[in-house]
Amino acid sequence: MIVLSDFLILGAVIFCMGVAGILFKRKNIINVLMAIELMLLAVNTNFIAFSHYRGDPAGQIFVFFILVVAAAEAAIGLAIVVLLFRSRRTIDAADWTELKG
Amino acid sequence: MNFETIVFYVFAALTVFAALRVITARNPVHAALFLVLAFCSMAGIWMLLEAEFLAISLVLVYVGAVMVLFLFVVMMLEINLAQVREGFWRWLPFGAVLAGLMVFEMVWVLDSSRTSGGPIKHAADYSNTKELGRLIYTDYVYPFEIAAVILLVAMVAAIALTSRRRKDAKSQVIPEQVAVKKADRLRLVKMSSDNHAQQKLDSTAEVAQ
Repeated sequence: MIVLSDFLILGAVIFCMGVAGILFKRKNIINVLMAIELMLLAVNTNFIAFSHYRGDPAGQIFVFFILVVAAAEAAIGLAIVVLLFRSRRTIDAADWTELKG
Repeated sequence: MNFETIVFYVFAALTVFAALRVITARNPVHAALFLVLAFCSMAGIWMLLEAEFLAISLVLVYVGAVMVLFLFVVMMLEINLAQVREGFWRWLPFGAVLAGLMVFEMVWVLDSSRTSGGPIKHAADYSNTKELGRLIYTDYVYPFEIAAVILLVAMVAAIALTSRRRKDAKSQVIPEQVAVKKADRLRLVKMSSDNHAQQKLDSTAEVAQ
């Protein structure tokens, strides 16, 4: 019998992979965006698992909104990456240091 | 070990494997394709959680649109693979330890609070899509409209950021055409009156210009 904790553990594992992916792939900003997508996927799974086990469909509405915001984020993020690549010919985040952050 | 348990473990293993390949794959195109696999197997798990509408929209919207966008960008930019690879081994121990610790903590907490309570059962004619639609258009109608505006803003921003005006492109400028005056186009030439026929010819030529 699979219970709520099993789904939450799966979400936690995927989320931590997303965190590790951001650290591993800092040389390629597109891979960082992909790791963020993984983290959002894990969060969405948690929302749906709670929604299913608590019998409250409001959790699925939030997943819907997260999907919308994630799609917008991917579109704008990739547009910025393309723009930066055009002017610098690199997608290494370490080379974009104008702001000295 | 019933059927649901087998389905859960198969899809969970596929998702974890695909996620692992996303963060370790050498080639960004492979990473994007493994992310597609992760999304598809996660959609299977959402199906198991009776979120049918979201599972389908994950496949259609995410795999069909967002990941294709990722693949477009990955293939469009020429990436120096050797240079991209440089930071991987330097950050591997740190990232692995950090992620391992986080997984350990979360699994510890979640496993200790493991309850045997099953999900809330729905009637046989329960429709997930109908229920979501009812909620979106009643309780969550304002957030829904804000979501629509966010998508519009994202679309406008993406187009405005990436569109380039070409220098050699020919285009019509309506305001300039409307604001044109007679003096801009027509030049009157004063001439002596001895050769009427020649003058008439010249003035018609000027107007034609």
